[in-house]
Amino acid sequence: MSIAPAGPRPRRLRGLVSAAGAALLAVVLLIWWLLPVYNMLLIALDPEGKTEFTGDIWPAAPTLEAFRGVLFQRYWYLQDFWRQLGNSSLIGIATMALTVLISSLAGFALGRTRLGKGSVISTVALLVYMVPAYFLVIPFYRLMHSYGLLDSLWAVIAADVTLAIPYAVIILQWYGRLIPMELDEAARIDGASPGQVYLQIYLPLMAPALAAVGTFALLTAWNEYLYQFILLSSPRNKTVAITLATFFDNEDTPWNYPVAASLLYALPPIVLFFAVRRYIAAGLTLGSVKG
Amino acid sequence: MLNRKWRPPWRPRVYGSELAWAFAFIVPYLGVLLAFAVYPIAYGLWMASSPSLYRTLFASDDYWDAVVSTALYVGIGVNVNLFLSLLLSGFFMRPRRWVKAMLVVSMLPWALPAQTGLISFHWMLVYWGFLNSVLEKLFGVYGPDWLTYYWLALGANIVAHTWKTMPFWTLILLAGRTAIPQDLYDAADVDGATGVRRFVHLVVPVLSNLYLVCTLLATIWMIGDFNTPDLVSGGAPLGSTDVLATVGVEYLLDQGKPELGVAAVMAALPVIIPLGILLIRRLQTREVQL
Repeated sequence: MSIAPAGPRPRRLRGLVSAAGAALLAVVLLIWWLLPVYNMLLIALDPEGKTEFTGDIWPAAPTLEAFRGVLFQRYWYLQDFWRQLGNSSLIGIATMALTVLISSLAGFALGRTRLGKGSVISTVALLVYMVPAYFLVIPFYRLMHSYGLLDSLWAVIAADVTLAIPYAVIILQWYGRLIPMELDEAARIDGASPGQVYLQIYLPLMAPALAAVGTFALLTAWNEYLYQFILLSSPRNKTVAITLATFFDNEDTPWNYPVAASLLYALPPIVLFFAVRRYIAAGLTLGSVKG
Repeated sequence: MLNRKWRPPWRPRVYGSELAWAFAFIVPYLGVLLAFAVYPIAYGLWMASSPSLYRTLFASDDYWDAVVSTALYVGIGVNVNLFLSLLLSGFFMRPRRWVKAMLVVSMLPWALPAQTGLISFHWMLVYWGFLNSVLEKLFGVYGPDWLTYYWLALGANIVAHTWKTMPFWTLILLAGRTAIPQDLYDAADVDGATGVRRFVHLVVPVLSNLYLVCTLLATIWMIGDFNTPDLVSGGAPLGSTDVLATVGVEYLLDQGKPELGVAAVMAALPVIIPLGILLIRRLQTREVQL
């Protein structure tokens, strides 16, 4: 696997043992990360989606029928799959855009103007936002009723944005410390307004953190299904997450269809995540250690 | 507002307008806060303001079961999760290309939606699911019906939650490790501290503050976690592994008692708020410390 550096024998031996240990650990880790995905594939590829009684641990007669059934909306339960995916995407993208916009404005105001640092506003606001969102489902439902937003995608978007914003602001404030204030001051002396500093200095330099925050927001919206389940009711506004939740509650249905649908549902965030993963690593990390 | 006393004598107008800009920038943040966080919380407190609700709640075994399960789920889960993340971040420090490639693969559980990843755990664990098939085919062992035992079901929730969130913490702790200056490693090397001793005497002290921040954040997140207990164990056996976040919803959907559900979760605020204050203080002092 790796070549131990030339040296006295004990050292080479230790290098070999260490490399073997690392390789063994790598195998264990790969199994750990991928096993649940493999299990899903196994069910989705089974012609009847009933692997739990046959005891198969590899696909005996793999077929893509379930994926075809989902993509062409052949199975009655999934006949609205594409429209539901559209609703899910709308929620995800709007959550992402609003979270990036609101949290970057707030991050700029709290971190880079004299309104900000350690002020009562940022502390209290962050604290209030930290009350777990799942604790607020019931009041939120009543509230959306009084706002007239029940069965509206915007109600879900509002919930998801509220869910994502506090952590977005934390990440942006961490990362913002890396950018020297002198840059802002120089621009101000040249006559730039705070708005121009935000647009032309803050946003470009914060790009990695913004990518991290945006992906984080999309993953939040994509992971969340309780609010969708409670707030959306009409078939027109249903999302993939709701369909999967009701599907999973019904033990009689063939599992290969919902599992295939959930694997397809997993693709958009994964594609986005791996497309911007370099930024995410930079955005999540650099800021967090500079403290 | 805050700094009006210290207005520099030159260009006062610029600073005045800066404050106006700052307020304009923060309005959306505070607007969302008021409309979708403060208002629901106040509404919730109002819904759950009757003392009789708490009498009912504190007399109910379901509630206390949920409190105990939440404490175990979070107490064990957070510590296992973060300690393994700390160790795993050490593995990713190896300067090999295949290790870097593995870091990319490791993020898959985090990027996978809860409904795909966590439900898979549920189906691996049902009777004659994948796990028992593997145990029988490869090892000739007949596995238990995992979700009918309290500790196995609770453990399954913790394992699944760890699977899903460990990549995130590993990435952050890895960044903490890479920020340790090479001089410190070299000095430790000269002193003969390698392996476990380097970990105990160098990595742990340097990362302690970051580790604490991560622990607090993970605790707040895990107390509010609805997805894992709902999808993996689903409260099985017989609702005993329900946590506060799921029991509140259950009072609403299954029993039609929304007020009781709100009271159940609001009773947890005295635990969450101090954690939040501690976290925010840590985040603010950290810029002074290092």
